[in-house]
Amino acid sequence: MPAVQETIERVRRIDVDQYKYGFVTDIESDKAPKGLSEDTVRFISAKKSEPEWMLNWRLEAYRRWLTMREPTWARVNYPKIDYQDYYYYSAPKKKALASLDEVDPEILKTYEKLGIPLREQEMLAGVVRPEGEPERRIAVDAVFDSVSVATTFKEELGKAGVLFMPISEALREHPDLVKKYLGTVVPVSDNFFATLNSAVFSDGSFVYVPPGVRCPMELSTYFRINEANTGQFERTLIIADKGSYVSYLEGCTAPMRDENQLHAAVVELVALDDAEIKYSTVQNWYPGDADGKGGIYNFVTKRGDCRGERSKISWTQVETGSAITWKYPSCILRGDNSTGEFYSIAISNGRQQVDSGTKMLHLGKNTKSRIISKGIAAGRSDNTYRGLVTAHRKAIGARNFTNCDSLLIGDHCGAHTVPYIEAKNSSAVFEHEATTSKISEDMLFYCRQRGLSAEEAVALVVNGFVKDVLQQLPMEFAVEAQKLISISLEGSVG
Amino acid sequence: MKAELRTVKTAAELSLAESYAAAKPKLPGDGKVVALREAAFKRFDAQGLPHRRVEAWKYTDLRAMMREAKPLAGLPDAAAKARAKTAGSLLADMDARRLMFVDGVFVPELSDLAKLETGLEIRPLAQSLASGDPLLATHLGRVVPSDGDPAVTLNTALMSDGAVIRVAAGATVERPIHLVFVATAEKPVSIFTRSLAVVEKGARVMLVESHEGAAGVEHQINTALELVIGEGAHADHVKIIGGDSSMVHVSTLMAAIGARARYNDFSYTTGGSVVRNQLFLRFDGEGTLANIRGATLLKGSQHADVTMVADHAAGGCQCREVFKTVLDDKSRGVFQGKIIVRQGSQKTDAKMMTNSLLLSDEAEANQKPELEIFADDVQCGHGATSGALDENLKFYLMARGIPEKEAETLLVQAFVGDAIEGVEHAGLRDALMDDVVAWLKARGT
Repeated sequence: MPAVQETIERVRRIDVDQYKYGFVTDIESDKAPKGLSEDTVRFISAKKSEPEWMLNWRLEAYRRWLTMREPTWARVNYPKIDYQDYYYYSAPKKKALASLDEVDPEILKTYEKLGIPLREQEMLAGVVRPEGEPERRIAVDAVFDSVSVATTFKEELGKAGVLFMPISEALREHPDLVKKYLGTVVPVSDNFFATLNSAVFSDGSFVYVPPGVRCPMELSTYFRINEANTGQFERTLIIADKGSYVSYLEGCTAPMRDENQLHAAVVELVALDDAEIKYSTVQNWYPGDADGKGGIYNFVTKRGDCRGERSKISWTQVETGSAITWKYPSCILRGDNSTGEFYSIAISNGRQQVDSGTKMLHLGKNTKSRIISKGIAAGRSDNTYRGLVTAHRKAIGARNFTNCDSLLIGDHCGAHTVPYIEAKNSSAVFEHEATTSKISEDMLFYCRQRGLSAEEAVALVVNGFVKDVLQQLPMEFAVEAQKLISISLEGSVG
Repeated sequence: MKAELRTVKTAAELSLAESYAAAKPKLPGDGKVVALREAAFKRFDAQGLPHRRVEAWKYTDLRAMMREAKPLAGLPDAAAKARAKTAGSLLADMDARRLMFVDGVFVPELSDLAKLETGLEIRPLAQSLASGDPLLATHLGRVVPSDGDPAVTLNTALMSDGAVIRVAAGATVERPIHLVFVATAEKPVSIFTRSLAVVEKGARVMLVESHEGAAGVEHQINTALELVIGEGAHADHVKIIGGDSSMVHVSTLMAAIGARARYNDFSYTTGGSVVRNQLFLRFDGEGTLANIRGATLLKGSQHADVTMVADHAAGGCQCREVFKTVLDDKSRGVFQGKIIVRQGSQKTDAKMMTNSLLLSDEAEANQKPELEIFADDVQCGHGATSGALDENLKFYLMARGIPEKEAETLLVQAFVGDAIEGVEHAGLRDALMDDVVAWLKARGT
């Protein structure tokens, strides 16, 4: 496929030539000593000049974490992680200064290579603007290892009253807002990885959209793990106040390394009355090589709280990377008439293991949720959808529709579906359907007969299969996602 | 899921251990059986009763639901046998060969062992265990090894009696065989029965199990059936857990199904305070057609759990699963179904459907339909729904002059009928449908 041909010069090994973001940026960085202890937590907190309460919050999380056990219920296998073998903090030396021009040129180059514009006049690579349409702009927060290196369009967003900044900065500038919402959606003791994150998170994005404001542009964070043996622990907090709207995009990549790297993020969304948050992810961490060596362990806790009435939270994710994915973006439908959505495409190839899905917790009256999940397994990978839909006693009129389909390419992979459906009142209406099948030979034959190559035919059929989800992505990401899908499947035919 | 390290044993676990130690010398079976029991009990003892942290028992926390273990049942006396005579009345009209088990013990005088069809052999399990029946040596505990399941291990340790049935290759058994299990003791007891049926190549048979207990007495029943279905055989299995009983009932079916076989299974549950009905099916050969269905109707504070695992160890089988649950009052219904398609089991065609109908605001439906697929050329799917009766359908009927209650009854009948239709035996099908109507009538009053 052409996209792959272009990138050959960028990659080191032939056998993983489908991962084009595997380069390393050579940059000096400032690290915390290897390992995890109270001192590490204090070190991170001090680095960020955090207020006292924040340090105590972290320490409490750390002590809690020591008493917890790593969960084993997910359908993933990996050697025991030595949590003392990671760097919990790594920041490029020469911090980003007053303007973008002062950002280390190496880092700018990195983002350029990744197709992420950090200069405000630029656009996301690969997007062709239709004639006559006004230029679309995206504000980007770039997180490099443990710190945010640049945030664009801050001024313009500020005019609309939208706060968009690294969370470490928000802790200093808007401590009351952060204190009010941090940990209210994903509590400190929520789960093993979330608690670890609470103790050592180093950066991430903070968004606050004031009442009645429709965020003037898409917000985006681009995560990059660069340093070897580092864990990235970012924390994102998005608050959409009454009647506001925000669309947020997240992208991630990492260099190719032989050892596994740890990524344990927490994302918290809060939607108040009539607010809407649209959260899209294109996850493309390094998946490891063909033998399953290296790759990112992606243990992420993402949860949205539809706290207000008529609020809406929509998750869209395209998961193609990571050696292991453990991720369940969820919605707590607390406000009456609130809506939760989850659209997901999870593609696994090589020896990747994906265990992903969602939770829709119906608490308020007339709450609605919709789950569309498409899993595609190829190579020797395992792809699991795990989901929970539950309606509590008082969730009168709760409504859910779930559709999870799996597609298998080749006979050494596995696709699994593990849905939990719990109805605790009779007015809740839940529908769930799932299918697993292989690409129809007839469809492939039809495409081949019309002159498409075998791989092009597969990519076309797969694109059709995942169309429902791709349509939900913001345009900039849809383009990238479509490319990703063809790349991830390369080599799966034959 | 790994069993957690537990040091504190519950009262129920302690008294089960006591019962086992006391009963050990008296339980039927020679050296090999003793070893089998011993190993099974050890496994059970290490795990204890299943609780909500054991994934397969997530919704049926037996440790909490079984606060104490009842003493093992003694031999039934004449009065008990007299009480047992009315058992199995739901199927009274069906011409079947009845085998009666009272309080877990085979009672020949209430059973019909006369004029066995050619190729049919029936023996009580206690006798087979004592005499070292080769059929048991080959199959007992080996049909679908369910070592990890605490209910099965406990059953293996304490099994007292049951039926051992063999249908020889090519034989056709015209009359259905009805195993009637009835608990008549006036004080609550525990009963452990185990049966084995081997349906050889090309044979045909229908097995019906019915389980009931005296109303209001909290018996604890643990029963298991191992079923071997040979190549090209045709077997029907129906399990009825009924009556007004307040028993805690744990049932397990372990069936290994050969190539080109026909297999129909139907579970019907209306009785018991806590019911766990487990079906472990394994498809061992290609070209088999199987229909697995079930209907559960619950009221009051009943809790019933159907857990099914269909393991496609061979490809090319077609399997349909339909489970319907009707929930009234504060009842709780659970369905956990899992279709496994192993690597290489290509051309598997498996569809699983589970529907729950909630007739009351306080009822609860939990469903977990799983797929675990390791082969690419398959058609697998599952569907799950839960909700109340469709108001539009009800309105349609009422607009045509049908009173509300009757309209509801009709709709529920149609809902459950979907599953019951699959029962091949016409008499049995009618009897089940009549029972559903009676259940719905009782609901109205």
